[in-house]
Amino acid sequence: MIELTNIHKRFGANKVLQGTSLTVPKGSSLVIIGGSGTGKSVTLKCILGLVKPDSGTIKIEGRDISSGDRDAFLARFGMLFQGGALFDSMPVWQNVAFRLQRGALKRPAAEAREIAIEKLRRVGLAPEVADRFPAELSGGMQKRVSLARAIAAEPEIIFFDEPTTGLDPIMSGVINELIREIVVEMGVTAMTITHDMTSVDTIADKVAMLHRGTIQWCGPRAQMAQSGDPYVDQFVNGRAEGPIETLR
Amino acid sequence: MNPLSPLAAVGRSVLALLQQIGQVSLFAANTLSHLVRPPFYPREFLSALFQIGWLSLPVVGLTAFFTGGALALQIYAGGARFNAEAVVPSIVAIGMVRELGPVLGGLMVAARVASSIAAELGTMKVTEQIDALVTLSTDPMKFLTLPRVLAATLAMPVLVAVGDTIGIMGGYLVAVARLEFNAATYLSNTVDFLQLWDILSGLVKGAVFGFIVALMGCYYGMTSGRGAQGVGRATKTAVVVASVLILAANYLLTEVFFSA
Repeated sequence: MIELTNIHKRFGANKVLQGTSLTVPKGSSLVIIGGSGTGKSVTLKCILGLVKPDSGTIKIEGRDISSGDRDAFLARFGMLFQGGALFDSMPVWQNVAFRLQRGALKRPAAEAREIAIEKLRRVGLAPEVADRFPAELSGGMQKRVSLARAIAAEPEIIFFDEPTTGLDPIMSGVINELIREIVVEMGVTAMTITHDMTSVDTIADKVAMLHRGTIQWCGPRAQMAQSGDPYVDQFVNGRAEGPIETLR
Repeated sequence: MNPLSPLAAVGRSVLALLQQIGQVSLFAANTLSHLVRPPFYPREFLSALFQIGWLSLPVVGLTAFFTGGALALQIYAGGARFNAEAVVPSIVAIGMVRELGPVLGGLMVAARVASSIAAELGTMKVTEQIDALVTLSTDPMKFLTLPRVLAATLAMPVLVAVGDTIGIMGGYLVAVARLEFNAATYLSNTVDFLQLWDILSGLVKGAVFGFIVALMGCYYGMTSGRGAQGVGRATKTAVVVASVLILAANYLLTEVFFSA
């Protein structure tokens, strides 16, 4: 279980998170929606420790993340970055097996490569891709490789940062399905950031809407359409008119 | 206009400079602290050694060669004014190993290496690869910065030694081919007047310059701003600051090593 309590974070004068509180039960899939710049990415980065919150507590399985062994903590996570964030100096298989080639999870190169190829197959990529470099792959394939890297070390928690951004609708659908399958079959706790409503429909058990650094609404996906919250309504239906101010 | 505003502007830039110095010093101390804190990444170190050391050989060699040649011509012309043409071999050698080898080698490596490190790490930062490293339980300071800084610090003295040799050879070729020096006398004069400390001081300078180059490349890359413009600015600043620091450090080291 992931618990965020009253998280505040500002960058200079820009208050990004203003008392965000959120709970993700173990084994469930939460999708955070919200416009650009509402603090979605910063929320994930706070949990991972890439950004330090100014105040508030973050607990995982009841333990505060600011204490304890950081490596052991991070070993429980997998993350799919928005742009893939693959290391372009390494071939695909070394990207996927990155964690398996160093540190506590280190194993022989042949074994690491085998696991990498198996994970690539799991995300629908042929073994031939293993020796290519990330720059030689299409956007959709890079996303798949990145997904394979996120699941390579069998994490308990996976974060997906805008998994369908930059993909065509069909590829988006494929990636959404893949994420759903992986989340279900691995039994992981998942947090996804998106503004793609088809991702929400496929991936989410629970949906949280972030607006101006606080959780505007949070509830089961099935109830989203009847939330009665004007912010959620406006966002879900993509209306220019509504309580969320827009520039035009 | 407030009469104090020019003063405030000066104060602001001084404060910004001091802040920058503080940040770079902390970054350097942090980098060095990883020397004694495992895990280590020997493969990254070897790859950095290849990139920084081996691949810089041509540019350092060519620079030294032409500099040595020009130096021989200049000293011959200058020496001729008071009938001291015979000093060419010893002054070429001393000039190369004490000053020109390390300084020009350092500047060329700054142009080649500080820029490429800053651009590479800056792009990695912008594309979230550095964040990805952290989430994969790998400290970017250990994985990216330390190997590069260590490799540059160790490779530069070797590059300087190679540059010194090629530079002296350039002077020798020009002197023998163009200025009608006797080949054997030129070589023996070179060797006789050169002292061990001349060479060693140049190698120490090289190590310091290598450290500066890689540190600036890493610092400005890791703190790069967003987008193509951010990476461009990081790259430019890394080269400029590394070059100026090399020249400043060169003066200070020369003062320490050779002022009586």
